[in-house]
Amino acid sequence: MLKFLLKGIFRDRHRWFFPILIVMFSVAIMIFFSAFISGFQLSYIRQSARFSNGHAKVVSRAYAEVLDMKHYDLALMDIEEEFEKWKMRYPQLEWFERINFGALLDVPDEFGETKTQVDVIGMAVDLDEDSAEIDRLQLTQALRKGHLPQARGQILLSDLVAEKIEADLGDSITLMGSTMFGVMTLRNFEVVGTVEFGIPALDRGAVLAELEDVREMLDMQDAKSEIFCYLKDEEYDLKTVTQIANDFNSRYSDEEDEFSPLMLSLHDQGSLGSILSLYDHSQFWMSIGFIVIIGIVLWNMGLLNGIRRYSENGIRLAIGESKGQVYASLLMEALIIGIAGCVLGIALGILFCNSFNKVGMDLSLYNKSTNMMSENVLYTVLNPRAIITGSLTGLFASILGSALAGTAIYKRQISQLFKELET
Amino acid sequence: MKKHIITLGIMLFCMVLFAQKPNAADIIREMSKNLVTENTKATTKMVVHSRRSSRTMEMLNYSSGKDKSFSEYLSPPREKGTKMLKLDNQLWIYDPTSDRTIQISGNMLKQSVMGSDLSYEDMTEDTDYAKDYNAEILEESKYDGREVWILKLSAKRNDVSYQMRKTYVDKERYIPLYEEWYAKNGKLLKTYKVSEVKKISGRWQPTKILFKDELKTGKGTEYIVVKMEIGIKIPEHIFSRASLRK
Repeated sequence: MLKFLLKGIFRDRHRWFFPILIVMFSVAIMIFFSAFISGFQLSYIRQSARFSNGHAKVVSRAYAEVLDMKHYDLALMDIEEEFEKWKMRYPQLEWFERINFGALLDVPDEFGETKTQVDVIGMAVDLDEDSAEIDRLQLTQALRKGHLPQARGQILLSDLVAEKIEADLGDSITLMGSTMFGVMTLRNFEVVGTVEFGIPALDRGAVLAELEDVREMLDMQDAKSEIFCYLKDEEYDLKTVTQIANDFNSRYSDEEDEFSPLMLSLHDQGSLGSILSLYDHSQFWMSIGFIVIIGIVLWNMGLLNGIRRYSENGIRLAIGESKGQVYASLLMEALIIGIAGCVLGIALGILFCNSFNKVGMDLSLYNKSTNMMSENVLYTVLNPRAIITGSLTGLFASILGSALAGTAIYKRQISQLFKELET
Repeated sequence: MKKHIITLGIMLFCMVLFAQKPNAADIIREMSKNLVTENTKATTKMVVHSRRSSRTMEMLNYSSGKDKSFSEYLSPPREKGTKMLKLDNQLWIYDPTSDRTIQISGNMLKQSVMGSDLSYEDMTEDTDYAKDYNAEILEESKYDGREVWILKLSAKRNDVSYQMRKTYVDKERYIPLYEEWYAKNGKLLKTYKVSEVKKISGRWQPTKILFKDELKTGKGTEYIVVKMEIGIKIPEHIFSRASLRK
């Protein structure tokens, strides 16, 4: 039967050429878009993990309630001993403290009077020369002028901030903020470099200083506002991180104590989880859309084919094949065409993705006007999911088209067959 | 003769009546007279009860009228040497760690002073009830065992920080014992509760006040007057920017 169908399909160019072409292109396009969305999603996760969320983050319960506000006055306090225990219990994680804070950057004139003031977002990280934070935040690549802080009291400004306040390397600036107890605090820093991360939210107003300097400035010697956790193999894995977070929270977090620690996976932080699931949903709806559109195209082709094969189907019915058998054979043909189209479509999709990845898509201009945490150059990520999604779309569309067109078989009247065949 | 006696009687009755029921404008004028002092030197304490702890700061304050004031933080060690100078509507703060003097302006005026429930705006804007508000008596009542008038104060101008206040004025001492400070949209922003009053140099002065920022989760800020001298001579250089760095 299969041999009969294969011969039938491939000996008649009209039956296979355009349907396979359509399935092939739709599968290729679907694979490419799925890979593109996965690439975007991964880039978003990587950037968010690097700069604002970690793979997981430990904060106090009170801090977690207003996570986006970065209320460092709600930091975890006196947890040095516990912190060491956590590190021992979860060796698969790397732990880094950071402090995010808002401040006013004040530039003095030669008399020490305020010359300019600008609002900045402060980021305090461990900047020791052997700190993994330098690589993680890609500071060396982000450096535009000068060098990374090498001593206490040094600071990096975002390129835009430096430009706005007309600061040169070696200039002294004052950061003005509030300690964790709400007391106004001022600290002088020497500008030793400028950076550009390619993330508009940071580039518009970030300053980066050594953790210990900021800790002192904000009176946080015994406090930790955010502890970033990263899986040691650097790739974010939701299942692993969720398991660790659940275990951590069941051991160390106390719902009754608002200052007890709470571990939040990247997905649990702010609206990140819903944004990521939105991408997943968009992939699903894109598949459905493709199935419907390609299905309609193939339905139309099937109808035309039905007219062309009107006599053939009539003879088959006249010699005793049931309508169901003819319909099933049409579906089998569609399946064969679908499979052939999918194989070619997968090959073409892989080719599209590989060619695209040689240059990637430069989003730097688009990124400048948004607050999205994505990398400036986007690449596709070809994974089994993209291939399965693309293939299923092609197969379903092919079968759907034939299933709809094939219903015409059931409208044929056996009693009229010979009359029709005579004409 | 009989006519004269009746007229005199009516006049006396009216005088008694008016003497017992001063109008709202008179009340706030008396309050202003009592609270706005010339040349004052005071040692004060501020106890900030935040969400997780309490901190005490000690200050030395000089003020001359409503427009000039100078404060120096005496403790704790981290804040020691921090100075603030207010001249008219301008405010400067000196930080000894960075050796910088910064003018507080714009949005910064809304920030909390030393983590307390008071803002810099509260500090710069020394309220003169009579000048800044129109008053209306809402009712007469008792507060904390004392006879009070409950007044509704509506700001005369748009640049007054709190557009509406509800104030409980002690009938005998002409000082507010409790106040609610509202924004223009009617939202309660802060409360002010006096728990101790002393007569200093012939004037009644609140010496223990609890300020509470109703938008914050803490337990309020206690402001305690440890020592106060009124009507003393204060050298003019105290109220100069040079004194910040001394």
